[in-house]
Amino acid sequence: MQRSTSRDLALIATFAAVVAALGVIPAVYPFGGAVPITAQSLGIMLCGSILGARRGAGAVLLMLALVALGLPLLAGGRGGLGVFAGPSVGYLVGWPVAAYVIGWLTERGGAPYRLAWGLGANVVGGIVVLYALGILGTAWRADLSLTAAAVGSALFLLGDVVKVVIAAVVARGVHQAYPGLLRRRTVPDETPVRA
Amino acid sequence: MRTTLGLYRPGTSVLHRLPAGAKLATLVVAGVVSIFLRTPWSVGGALVVTLALYAAAGLGPLVLWRQVRPLLWLLVVLAAFHLLVSGWQRAVVVVGVILVLVLLAALVTLTTRTTELVDVVVRVARPLRRIGVDPERVGLLLGLGIRSVPVVVGLAGEVREAQLARGLGSSPRAFAVPLLVRTLRHADRLGDALAARGVDD
Repeated sequence: MQRSTSRDLALIATFAAVVAALGVIPAVYPFGGAVPITAQSLGIMLCGSILGARRGAGAVLLMLALVALGLPLLAGGRGGLGVFAGPSVGYLVGWPVAAYVIGWLTERGGAPYRLAWGLGANVVGGIVVLYALGILGTAWRADLSLTAAAVGSALFLLGDVVKVVIAAVVARGVHQAYPGLLRRRTVPDETPVRA
Repeated sequence: MRTTLGLYRPGTSVLHRLPAGAKLATLVVAGVVSIFLRTPWSVGGALVVTLALYAAAGLGPLVLWRQVRPLLWLLVVLAAFHLLVSGWQRAVVVVGVILVLVLLAALVTLTTRTTELVDVVVRVARPLRRIGVDPERVGLLLGLGIRSVPVVVGLAGEVREAQLARGLGSSPRAFAVPLLVRTLRHADRLGDALAARGVDD
């Protein structure tokens, strides 16, 4: 197993805190208050998009560990072991997986960060993978059919699409202002333009 | 290591004095047993036992209510769904089991200090040394994470003030980018401090 450097540890600890801090920020209610958007799942996408697979997933795992240890870091001041017994356990378990997938795809994209690639990575990790695990969890804990659980989770889809866009735009800004987190692309993507 | 943001409620009851490891082990057993609760009577019994444990820990109805409140709407919808689709017995069992497990898990959190739980994690992580996980580093990381939360919340406050002072309104980009760049710089300093203390050796 790859050994983490002290810089990795510092990044993991501070980004775990970022996800926690985003839970403290009050929810925004666009679309006439129909879908509440808490900034916390935005934090999951940002961990993967900025730190990459290993450190991003590590930060999310650490944040969940702190929640399990009794800190009220989930949106709305929830925390403790109780949240892992509830029906949203699939989403919580899916968070580090989503961060890993987003990070893995973002690393494949390399530097400089491209918006379209970032959007794609966030859709695959933050929506496809996360919803698959979340729906399985709800169906299991709440004893629902997969269809019923999927219909229930569709309520949040709109908000999460907005978050995918925000996460990619913010990640691009961060990588521009603080280069060096992603490896440069070895193969240039500029294809010769024929006149 | 003391933290003011924990959910722990100080007390001197038997539940408070039990070792953290024993409470966590009981919680795991309760999770397994809950699979076999299939009748409204057994679930009702489990709920009564759970409420008795809250009383024994000296936790009042208000604390109990606070654990249930975030789940309330979901449980109501779930109960209605099962009532229509599979009858009242199933509705009671499904909602009751979720309620019992959430309340029991919250009880462990309410009666156990965060520091004790960190110690259990470090102890449980010891056999993981074989696959390359260093339990001392796990403990260090948990401590760093706990310490970083107020730091980043402080940075978020600074960025928010700067944003308001410049009349930028509440654009998520104008807030998140500076917050994350400041966080990365803070992580650089933290990393240097850890390296200087020999964490990389």
